[in-house]
Amino acid sequence: MDEKLQALIKDFRDHGGNIISLLQETQDAFGYVPEEAVFYFSEELGIPASNFFGVLTFYAQFCLKPRGKNIITACRGTACHVKGSERIITNLKRELKLTDEDNTTDDKQFTLEQVACVGSCSIAPVVIVNSKILGKMTTDKVYREINSLRKEASHG
Amino acid sequence: MDKSVKVHVCMGPAALAAGGAEVLQAFESVMGEKNVPADFRKECSIHKVGCLGLCAKDVLVDVFVDEQKTTYEHIKPDMVQRIVDEHIIGGSPVDEWEVKEDYHKFHAKQVKVVLSDCGYIDPENIEAYRAVGGYSAIEKILSSMTPEEVIDTMKKSGLRGRGGAGFPTGVKWEACRKATGDQKYIICNADEGDPGAFMDRAVIEGNPHAVIEGMAIGAYAIGATKGYVYIRAEYPLAIERLKKAIPAARDKGYLGTNIINKGFDFDIKLKLGAGAFVCGEETALIASIEGQRGMPRAKPPFPVHRGLWGKPTVINNVETLANIPYIISKGAEWFSSHGTERSKGTKVFALTGKSVNTGLIEVPMGITLREIIYDIGGGIENGKKLKAVQTGGPSGGCLTADMLDINVDYESLAKVGSIVGSGGMIVLDEDDCMVNVAKYFLNFTRDESCGKCVPCRIGTKRLLEILDRITKGLGKEGDLELLENLSSDIKSASLCGLGQTAPNPVLSTIKYFRDEYEAHIKDKKCPAKACRDLLTYSILEDFCKGCGLCMKACTAGAITGDEKKPHTINASACIKCGSCFDVCKFKSVARE
Repeated sequence: MDEKLQALIKDFRDHGGNIISLLQETQDAFGYVPEEAVFYFSEELGIPASNFFGVLTFYAQFCLKPRGKNIITACRGTACHVKGSERIITNLKRELKLTDEDNTTDDKQFTLEQVACVGSCSIAPVVIVNSKILGKMTTDKVYREINSLRKEASHG
Repeated sequence: MDKSVKVHVCMGPAALAAGGAEVLQAFESVMGEKNVPADFRKECSIHKVGCLGLCAKDVLVDVFVDEQKTTYEHIKPDMVQRIVDEHIIGGSPVDEWEVKEDYHKFHAKQVKVVLSDCGYIDPENIEAYRAVGGYSAIEKILSSMTPEEVIDTMKKSGLRGRGGAGFPTGVKWEACRKATGDQKYIICNADEGDPGAFMDRAVIEGNPHAVIEGMAIGAYAIGATKGYVYIRAEYPLAIERLKKAIPAARDKGYLGTNIINKGFDFDIKLKLGAGAFVCGEETALIASIEGQRGMPRAKPPFPVHRGLWGKPTVINNVETLANIPYIISKGAEWFSSHGTERSKGTKVFALTGKSVNTGLIEVPMGITLREIIYDIGGGIENGKKLKAVQTGGPSGGCLTADMLDINVDYESLAKVGSIVGSGGMIVLDEDDCMVNVAKYFLNFTRDESCGKCVPCRIGTKRLLEILDRITKGLGKEGDLELLENLSSDIKSASLCGLGQTAPNPVLSTIKYFRDEYEAHIKDKKCPAKACRDLLTYSILEDFCKGCGLCMKACTAGAITGDEKKPHTINASACIKCGSCFDVCKFKSVARE
């Protein structure tokens, strides 16, 4: 991990020292921003860790916990809302046994995230499964996607 | 064969989801197999193009044979073979897959300025943009106009900011031009955060060079040498398009030092937003580019005097910037001939929700709401009744079905308590509960409030709590007055535009749909049957055929019954999700 972090720090210094970019690249590298990374940066750069956490908790993009193997992103845009996204999300939470606080399944297979709007409003409601944009979704259609991913997982 | 053939496959946000990339690939492989390119000596090419507009009919494909255009709708990869055989090689279009009259009606009342080349040119090819006159505006100003003349043209055109506030672009530029500073910046605000809006995304994906050219013109006018595009990380394709377009423009000498040998330096960097709606506010956006939490500060000083790193900075929205090359090329008079007295030009709207046609539209300012909803949008889907049109997203309000003859422009919408906003237009029908819509927006602004000032941070939370109570049947006498008073306090005391406009969806829905609020509070009923906690589901014994569909659909296991005998719902186990209501083919589930 240290090597990866050193490379990130070098990049940070070379490109004018932007905390947001540093954390975005850290998330790209690890899939989330590990707490150890923040303290490491803080130590190396002499920037208080609170500055990093301030940015991390402010922006929706950052994730402080490891995420599941499959990311399901439900759009919460207005068009999706009036076309029934709320119900899809409620049903998905039940199916995957998730809560608002804990959005990753125990087996670390699925993480359910919500996004303000993905800008595909004309095919609302939209659910993104591992960066595949699926339009005009229903609970059934999402279940089918989840089940096929589960099958893939059990077949190794 | 001495013919030319061009195929344009729509690759807008919705088309990609409908399989646009696969359709493009199918054309490439089918035409490759048949050796079509070799047979057509003049020209044979296949292009991906930006959003063609009518997303409801995706994937849309334009086929030009000798410049004769045929548009096909709902194209799937397996349909490509027949189009190539019968139309491209055989010469007779496949009539049954062609767009119908409604497609032409969708376009009839639109006027394209910003979108004039979007959907016709390959966004990843700078030569395609140049072929339609692209980058001639920057050439024109650098060879024959002073910065003051450029600003003057902008002022004469009457162009106003398309991001929401509607501030005159020329006036903003002039203020920055006059500000003193050794370094100035121009920023393109592509942090399109309004839920239910995708205009900026479509413009960047469909014609990124127009945005770049607009920025370069603005930079020349204000005297900036550096620019930033601040774009949402949620728009990967738009980011990719810019990542290709910026170096391409640099290669051709339209960015970098000594642009087209005229001694003007300007370059652009990309900054990815990290997901915060408040960063649409100018001072918050600046803080975010500087690497901090995106929290707004009090104004003045305005960014045109003290902006990015304390230097004079102009921030323009994507659509505003994309208008600029066209205004310079065709003239201020041409631009201001569209629109109304005080709202000039055209506006791009994302028409979504319950209209038949959904998609991206560009209309002259001042068009009536009726023309948008019924002529362009094709009316309300499933024969339902129009209830309201929400404009301006979380900062906006609702227009009701009686306001269909209102002119859609800055002044007229403000008069009835809504705004043009960035261009989201969500059509609501009789099944939409207005209290729920207000709650939805407050939930959004509560989440997105940066927390710096108390009226917004705590006020939006309290508003949401009251709305939540009302939709759960726990509303009290006096709640409406409390909502109104609290709203007016939040509006007058909040620091930035987010808080100052956050109560608008509440005020506007109370103003026009007071009876709906009262039904929730007094009768504990949701007239639109949308608020879950106020509904009860039961099965009508006389109609139920015992098919078992509802039992299968019920995730809560609340439905029991024997095959071919009427089923029953156990009210205490029912989670009121409505799945049984949706699946029943015999209308035997009652919802009250």
